[in-house]
Amino acid sequence: MSDWLGHALASPALVLMLGALLIAALPRWLHGVWLLTIPAAALALLWQLPMGEYGQLSLFGFDLTTLRVDGLSRIWATIFLIAAFLTGLYALHVNDRLQHVAALAYAGAAVGAVLAGDLVTLFIFWEATAIASVFLIWAQRTIKAHIVGLRYLVIQVISGLLLMMGAIIHYHATGSIAFNHLGLATPGGLLIFAAFGIKAAFPLLHNWVQDAYPEATVSGTVILSIYTTKLAIYSLARGYAGTEALITIGAIMTIFPIFFAVIENDLRRVLAYSLNNQLGFMVVGIGIGTPLALNGAAAHAFAHILYKGLLFMSMGAVLYRVGTVKASELGGLYKSMPWTAAFCIVGSMSISAFPLFSGFVTKSMILTAAAENHHWIAWMAMLVASAGVLDHSGIKVPFFSFFHHDAGFRVREAPLNMLLAMGATAALCIGIGVYPAPLYAILPFDVDYSPYTTTHVVNQLQLLMFAALAFVVLFRSGLYPPEVRGVNLDTDWLYRAALPAAGRAIHRGVSALRAGLVRGLAQLAGVAQHWLTEGFGTNGVAARTWTSGVMLLWVTALLAAYLLIYY
Amino acid sequence: MTQPQTRPGVFERKPVIQTLIALIALICAGLLAAEFFYAKHPHFGFDGWFGFYPLAGFVAYCFIVLSAKLARPLLRRDEDYYDEQARQSLQTPIEDDTHE
Repeated sequence: MSDWLGHALASPALVLMLGALLIAALPRWLHGVWLLTIPAAALALLWQLPMGEYGQLSLFGFDLTTLRVDGLSRIWATIFLIAAFLTGLYALHVNDRLQHVAALAYAGAAVGAVLAGDLVTLFIFWEATAIASVFLIWAQRTIKAHIVGLRYLVIQVISGLLLMMGAIIHYHATGSIAFNHLGLATPGGLLIFAAFGIKAAFPLLHNWVQDAYPEATVSGTVILSIYTTKLAIYSLARGYAGTEALITIGAIMTIFPIFFAVIENDLRRVLAYSLNNQLGFMVVGIGIGTPLALNGAAAHAFAHILYKGLLFMSMGAVLYRVGTVKASELGGLYKSMPWTAAFCIVGSMSISAFPLFSGFVTKSMILTAAAENHHWIAWMAMLVASAGVLDHSGIKVPFFSFFHHDAGFRVREAPLNMLLAMGATAALCIGIGVYPAPLYAILPFDVDYSPYTTTHVVNQLQLLMFAALAFVVLFRSGLYPPEVRGVNLDTDWLYRAALPAAGRAIHRGVSALRAGLVRGLAQLAGVAQHWLTEGFGTNGVAARTWTSGVMLLWVTALLAAYLLIYY
Repeated sequence: MTQPQTRPGVFERKPVIQTLIALIALICAGLLAAEFFYAKHPHFGFDGWFGFYPLAGFVAYCFIVLSAKLARPLLRRDEDYYDEQARQSLQTPIEDDTHE
């Protein structure tokens, strides 16, 4: 092993972040080379490191472990770096230094966080992902993106603060900052769980995903879809594997975003709901916590990053060429963008888990683990959710953009670099589905699992094809809900409409109260002034001139009263 | 929007669409017939019933799509529903300044 390997400075995360710094200064024509070589170099460095803990350094009196390479962290860092390469290729044509810098810094922060061996390092990189990623939204340079970005950043920073508080409490309770199994039994563990839950988009904490991701730039949305949520999934797998509550949370997560995805019109937002639903499968796997289930969660995260990235890339290409991804406006694009359509269908088949596509060989591990551990409710939820996935990501996204009725758009096919990125990602989706052995080989645990049994293939095809048949029946009979313009209320209504309205109401109330008080005081002051003027003004009683006879009378009266009292 | 084409695209021709639908129906029939020809390994019991997966796929799909359709009138708002909100909250402090 070379001397420099294992030093905190020779971290794949820092390679990416340093690359980001350099891109800020490099001339434009070098960006392309840089966007591809940096992730490749970081990936090579990661795989040079043998399993173990490296990069020890002292900071704020803590002994940090900045590099922990084990089965769990390595597979996550690997897919993050592969994704960084693919999104670099996808964004090659983008003439915006800000986005390139943010993309590499964000990838670096995410890789640093999954390689973190302690909670302090995790916190630092956790916050770095928030700060780097928001620039991919702000890079739209619109007022709307600015507002959405601020909202996104606030929620990300709240997650970071919860993590920090949890880590401090955990440190005081245990005297250790090591990031291993935490559990829900301690207050620190609960706070950190909430921090992870926000970034993993748990039900009711989820809406930042659907709010922010569809408002980022064309390549920004693809990049955002990769890191933050999967970093949270990794963190849950590290700290809360086998936590029963996660099975319930995950099962709800697989189901409820589906309904929103079905009626959503913005296809990038449909994919954001679909992302949420896929995270649910991983969360269930982590909750079950057996080696097969955790392998399933890791493998599904790996496959998910690729097919979800591919779907976002194809919708990004549509947005780039057509200028909208509203299902109500699109249709018939297969004529203009046949390659994009084909790649999108590969992504759809993968997320729907058709045999020979990546989702099939990974999702089935989680379902099998749920069945083997007799979690029949979670299993049923995932089965129903699988039919739902076929609708919103398998059918709705490709059908309403590339097929359906021809909306009349005659545009050029996506740029070559986008096509290459989509092609490479699609090849990986099919490659994993056809030949899953290399993926299974780098999973955290040694588990003997084969997805291609007759029962499994037949059952999966039955589920999907009859769901597809249901689409045909509903669509032909006119029962399928039409694509119409509009926004759908979700939990973000609470802080986008209810909270501001409440704030305005309180503001109005306080203003009215203040105005009333001022008016009342003014009236009071008027009365007092009037009374004082009457008494002591120029024409007041006290200022009048009196004759000496009257005064004499008064003095006599007073003396008489005096005499009377003391008599 | 350009002029509609004189000749409809491949996937807009009736025979093609009908062939595709027939293909899906045929595959479904084949998959239902397959129920007789493989050994099931049910984990819960009910997943070993005849036609469980086909039924689950069909019913679950209809349930999701139709219940989402029912929920739509409750959830859907105008596209600028939040935009207005955002504009108002941006203007509120400005209005206050002019008032006071």
